[in-house]
Amino acid sequence: MVKIADYASSSAVANVRTALERAKQYEAHHALLNLTETRALERAAKVESGEITGKLAGVPFVVKDNFLAFGAPTTAASTMLENFNAPLQATAVERLEAEGAICIGKANLDAFAHGGSTENSAFGPTKNAIDDTRVAGGSSGGSAVVTALDIVPFALGTDTGGSIRQPASFNGVYGVKPTYGTVSRYGVVAMASSTDTIGCLTTTADDAALVMSIMAGKDERDMTTLPNFFTPEATVLPLRIGLVAESMNDDVDADVRAATSAYAEKLRAAGHTVEEVSMPILKYTLAMYYIIVPAEISSNLARYDGIRYGYRAEALTLAELYGKTRDEGFVTENKRRIMIGSYVLSSGFFDAYYQQAQKARTLLIAEYQKLFETYDVLLGPVTPTPAFKLGENTGDPIKMYLTDIMTVPASLAGLPALSVPAGTNEAGLPIGIQLTGWRRSDARLLALASSMEAN
Amino acid sequence: MTQISRDDVLHLAQLSSLQLTDDEVDNLRADIANILGYVEQLGELDTTGVEPTYQVTDLENVWRNDEVIDSGIDREQLLALAPASASNSVKVPKVL
Repeated sequence: MVKIADYASSSAVANVRTALERAKQYEAHHALLNLTETRALERAAKVESGEITGKLAGVPFVVKDNFLAFGAPTTAASTMLENFNAPLQATAVERLEAEGAICIGKANLDAFAHGGSTENSAFGPTKNAIDDTRVAGGSSGGSAVVTALDIVPFALGTDTGGSIRQPASFNGVYGVKPTYGTVSRYGVVAMASSTDTIGCLTTTADDAALVMSIMAGKDERDMTTLPNFFTPEATVLPLRIGLVAESMNDDVDADVRAATSAYAEKLRAAGHTVEEVSMPILKYTLAMYYIIVPAEISSNLARYDGIRYGYRAEALTLAELYGKTRDEGFVTENKRRIMIGSYVLSSGFFDAYYQQAQKARTLLIAEYQKLFETYDVLLGPVTPTPAFKLGENTGDPIKMYLTDIMTVPASLAGLPALSVPAGTNEAGLPIGIQLTGWRRSDARLLALASSMEAN
Repeated sequence: MTQISRDDVLHLAQLSSLQLTDDEVDNLRADIANILGYVEQLGELDTTGVEPTYQVTDLENVWRNDEVIDSGIDREQLLALAPASASNSVKVPKVL
């Protein structure tokens, strides 16, 4: 697969043209909603003339279409924002552009990033890069597929409960969900503000470290951003690694367990210590997530009212305008989550659901904290199975939510977690393993993953 | 298992400013009952005396100077985003 360094020796215009050609060649996968062809070629010409320089000069990339970015509408894969032309760019995009990177298109996602298969896109699903009868994963499905198909060497995604890690594992690429607050969320369509993170999908761990180091850091426009802490690490000392027993039970596909065990053996062979650890609270984390996140979604999506921007339905009264705009502008999964959020925040239910989930979250963080007193890294699978069939889980929201069961814990605790390619099953479907660390250990996780690539 | 009636769904839809079609009401009633049935298992956890966690930044009281930061966006650009506008304002249906 292509990596960032492969683009250094050719011209920016040639890089962009190749990326656009490949995007068109794989159109049937429906990984991209719009190309930003005109703007990309203009920027490429400026790189060639020397007007734009930097660490990523002339390197093409793709953004998930919930990043505000110029050159094409920012749709969040929704009817609500189908024609929304962003008046500003996300800080993450600005920082990459400041280093000369060139955005060539905008990737498909589940509408408003609600989903785990990209089947909730208002514009149709993205197909898996390896098997086009299977899902891309989600919600950053388009970003994973464009990376896996070598259309671009890296793509941006958002991860609220696994939306970078899960599609990365389904398509055999790296996915980084950083420590909460690592990258500014300014200019990114908000989903659940206490777990929303910005990260990337790449074909090597070192490329991920490079992209993250450029995007990371304090931003006055997002007061939750952490002071700069992200410095790529070159060396890896022997680490103490915990293999999470609860993520290796019979509910998990045998091939996925075998790939995880094999990775554990590779880690041991490389001089690291791997021991089985237990996190009894893990079985409750999906329930916590599907209370807390819908609650935050119901607040964040209140802004889509048909008044100031986005879709507006025909209506005679203001109440009808709100109601019809939101009914027609959102997909079913958006409505489910908004209404669950309204329910758990209602007086009478607030203590039993929302407050209980936030208290349980404290217990989850305490379990992690205790483990990280002894261990540097936790290891487990990313998902219980490889990519499932298109349509397989669409009729049952709980079945779809269960695919997030191993990725939501790190999100609720604000921890960094990587999806690392770890081979395939017999049918050739990629399997990913997950490395989780304590807050701000992102660079160490990436250095560990990089050191294992050679083994 | 939580019982969710049609009226409950209509009430939630009203709280959420969603004007649902009849088919949607029936489907969402079943979905919401199933989802609430799943998340109810959290009641098994003893959280007596546990403080809730609302944010995970480990940052506290992040201050900045009370200064206007130019967004670089002007009024015309923002008005152009509105579905309807007139006289330098966003146009909406009659409220009163």
